[in-house]
Amino acid sequence: MKLVADNLACERGGRNVFTGLDFAVEAGGLLLLRGPNGAGKTSLLRLIAGFAEPAAGTVKLEGGHADLTLGQHCHLVQHQDAVKSALTVEENLSFWAGFLGGGDIEAAVAALALDRLRTTSAAYLSAGQRRRLSLSRLALVPRPVWLLDEPSVGLDAASLERLKGLIRDQLAGGGLVVASTHVEIGVPATAEIDLGAIGRQAA
Amino acid sequence: MKIEKYANPTRFLALQEKMQPWLTGSAAFIIAIGLYLGLVVAPPDYQQGETVRIMFIHVPSAWNAMMVYTLMAVSSIIAIVFRHPLADMAAKAAAPFGAVFAFLALATGSLWGKPMWGTWWVWDARLTSTFVLFLLYLGYIAVWQAIEEPRRAAAIARIVAIVGFINVPIIKFSVDWWNSLHQGESIFRAGGPSIYPTILWPLLVMGLGYTLMFFALEFSALRSEVLARRIRQMEIAEAQGS
Amino acid sequence: MTVLAALVRRDLTLALRQGTGAGTALGFFLTVLVLIPLGIGPDQALLQRIAPGALWIALLLSVLLSSDRIFQADFEDGSLELMTMGPAAMEIVVTMKGLAHWLTTGLPLAIAAPLLGFLLNLDAALIGPLVLAMGLGSVALSLLASLGAAVTVGIRRGGLLVSLIILPLYVPVVIFGVAASSGIGGVNIAGPSLMILAAIALVALVTVPFAAAAALRAYMH
Repeated sequence: MKLVADNLACERGGRNVFTGLDFAVEAGGLLLLRGPNGAGKTSLLRLIAGFAEPAAGTVKLEGGHADLTLGQHCHLVQHQDAVKSALTVEENLSFWAGFLGGGDIEAAVAALALDRLRTTSAAYLSAGQRRRLSLSRLALVPRPVWLLDEPSVGLDAASLERLKGLIRDQLAGGGLVVASTHVEIGVPATAEIDLGAIGRQAA
Repeated sequence: MKIEKYANPTRFLALQEKMQPWLTGSAAFIIAIGLYLGLVVAPPDYQQGETVRIMFIHVPSAWNAMMVYTLMAVSSIIAIVFRHPLADMAAKAAAPFGAVFAFLALATGSLWGKPMWGTWWVWDARLTSTFVLFLLYLGYIAVWQAIEEPRRAAAIARIVAIVGFINVPIIKFSVDWWNSLHQGESIFRAGGPSIYPTILWPLLVMGLGYTLMFFALEFSALRSEVLARRIRQMEIAEAQGS
Repeated sequence: MTVLAALVRRDLTLALRQGTGAGTALGFFLTVLVLIPLGIGPDQALLQRIAPGALWIALLLSVLLSSDRIFQADFEDGSLELMTMGPAAMEIVVTMKGLAHWLTTGLPLAIAAPLLGFLLNLDAALIGPLVLAMGLGSVALSLLASLGAAVTVGIRRGGLLVSLIILPLYVPVVIFGVAASSGIGGVNIAGPSLMILAAIALVALVTVPFAAAAALRAYMH
């Protein structure tokens, strides 16, 4: 499985955010996105997730299911946490497990230590706890590609370690991760893209 | 399709510059002929007298109100299917004209109705459906005004135009039916008096003239849209410092 | 199938727990209903004549204005975007969310409306036909309202715009809805009118999901 971008250009609000972007990430590969705010890290992740058509070029997942879109192979974690306050933690997870076609709630709860909070209404969660609930989706349903936009924001040290562990497990299992983060994952990045300079260095 | 050759906005601007004087000129010319035929040559109606001449403004307005909405819907479909760059702009530019045609049809119809039926307004099928058509135009225009980002506005506007278009026959049918249930409340002979050639010809000429006038206005408005979009792109580029 | 069931179950749970759905819509409905005799006068005979139409108008306004909830919350917290990455097509997601909304707001209102008709001195014989007509018509009303919600999901204060766009599309529903609940001139037009209401609902069921999904995609870009 390989995530390949060819001459990719993204346009937002009438201007080109980036142009001529090429990369290839193989199974087990970690692609780090760098660059200042507004450089296009979030835009690139959303482009891969399928929320927008590229202004030019293509991004494809080679070796994926032919009848699924690229987005349907991915998990996306972004600033909004997609947590419903009127539901409990378990109900939130149960919905996504059902909606995404089957998932392991126990694994998700264990992954980010949500066990104590299972039956707590999401309305009573702190910001960090909501973040953990949102991230536990990664362990809920297995997906080959993870798109992470500043996933470490709001996490305490212990949860951050758990997240790093999740990412390492995903990579070890042959998955791909594209992440925009300043935090050290603990695994060498396969490639880094500085969207500010639209330059690229291989690790 | 040869029209694709003019899909390119730049090519369109060149085409527009060449054609505009001809469009405007021929529209003015044909309307002048139509007005002469309608106001001078055509005889007054034996029943309504001179007021029947309102028909020469009223009917072409109504025809064009329908035609322009059809054009907007077709443009929207072309925008979706072929991603033609001018299609959205053409629909956006056309809408105000269509709304004015609909309003003119309603207003002149009302002015015609007062001496003819003794009332400014009546809820018969045609007036009601034209009124609803006017509202559909307003809704479409409101979408462009409410959404700031042009691409998003275009995407939503297309949907609104197409759904509205599907509904126009349904609305017409339902209002016809509703009106036929409530007949007997007023006396309205649809279409007015039967059409004599001396009335028919001015009507057709005015219809053609109005259509030409619409295209003249549309070309000019489309030019403004293309230029406005360019200005916007230039301003964005300058703001980004690139 | 469990994919869609999970979605409907969640939406029903949210609607029931948050309680802003049917309750507020019913409140709005009653408010409109109260204004009618205040504006027209308490003449019972006159009210009885206009009752079916007035009930329909109050119903469609209530359905339309309560519908912005359908996509708003999910749009704002990012759930809607994640739903596009699920196995179900967005068109079906839209239909299921519309269904949940109809079950919690449109249908209850449609059944309550004729029962509240006594406030307008509604002829008791019409309650049955009205329940039937409104129950059926509420399908089209809800579907079109969900289209309005999708088209305005990213616009602040989109309520007026929604009304301007969707109310003209309600014209056929009102016309046949009222016809289905009254017999004019002794001719029984209820049957054909009901069938046409059903036809409108079916047309809406087929076209609205595509239009609404396209509109939502435009806002997610």
